[in-house]
Amino acid sequence: MPHTDVVGKTAGDLQQAAARRVIRRQAASIIAAVAPFGIVFGASAATAGFTMLEAIGFSALVFGGSSQFAAAEILGDGGSIASAAVAGLLLNVRSLAFGVIMAPALTGAFWQRAAMSQLMIDESTAVGTSTTDPALRRYGYLCAGLGVFVVWNITTVLGHLVFSDAGDLINDLGLDAAGPAAFLALLWPRLRQRPQLRTAIAGAVIALVLVPIAPPGLPILAAIAGVVAAGRQTPAVIEGAGDE
Amino acid sequence: MSDAVAVLIVMTIGTYALKSVGPLVLGARSLPVRVQALVDLLPAALLAALTLVSTVGSGASISIDARLVGVVVAAIALWRRAPFVLVVLVAAAATALVRLLA
Repeated sequence: MPHTDVVGKTAGDLQQAAARRVIRRQAASIIAAVAPFGIVFGASAATAGFTMLEAIGFSALVFGGSSQFAAAEILGDGGSIASAAVAGLLLNVRSLAFGVIMAPALTGAFWQRAAMSQLMIDESTAVGTSTTDPALRRYGYLCAGLGVFVVWNITTVLGHLVFSDAGDLINDLGLDAAGPAAFLALLWPRLRQRPQLRTAIAGAVIALVLVPIAPPGLPILAAIAGVVAAGRQTPAVIEGAGDE
Repeated sequence: MSDAVAVLIVMTIGTYALKSVGPLVLGARSLPVRVQALVDLLPAALLAALTLVSTVGSGASISIDARLVGVVVAAIALWRRAPFVLVVLVAAAATALVRLLA
């Protein structure tokens, strides 16, 4: 909607400023919600035997919450490098879809697009796609992405610091249940859609059956075969919210 | 090089490649429908497997212990729409309580 006259432009500017305020508020609540996750990741990384630098490496370089948890879980359980890395990467395949959705709003020089890509996570995409205007989309994406990046890394350090020398404490405080509870919390919103629910159940059954017979990590990878349980819906049906 | 560093290197390169395909290569184009459907479903299968295996798995065997109580309590908290921090806290607290009483 191009504004041709001065008055229209001012009104547009005011509208933009108001919209940006709403976006900042959205981003702030999402950033705050990430903090406890970061603490749990720091603790999980420490439990899995990651050094502080390795934990920070995951949070700053990989920067993909659930994939970091998966890598720590599988390595901590004695899984191979390959199974931990592949499971982690498969969890990040959705970043590919986020990138496709966000790309039209993330224009600029090659180095700018390259830098912005590192922030391609659930939270930045969620805030970024809450509006339709490309400039606002980019603004929301950057607000949430940068905010989560900073908070995620700080809380990773805190979690690792507090729980690195606390093997017994982790058990006594029941913190080994924090990992599975975190996975469940990430999974929960997806279960409202039928195909997602069927996929989740199939994946869980496959993994559980394989635990006693396959090497650690492999049951998680094999679970991706659960997607066949979703049936032959088109994505339009899968994304439809009318499945409740 | 530790296992963690090896995984870190592979995941850093692979994840960045996944994140940047859209903005760096595709621009305004979109994914084929079938690929999009698969991408939408993968996390559900993986997260469900991770939830279950980290609840009852211990190495290469299944062990039903206090963790299961914690995760069931977490599910109830999620059903009651509790925020993430509360979900994790009640899961840990329930697990710790079961261990204390056992």
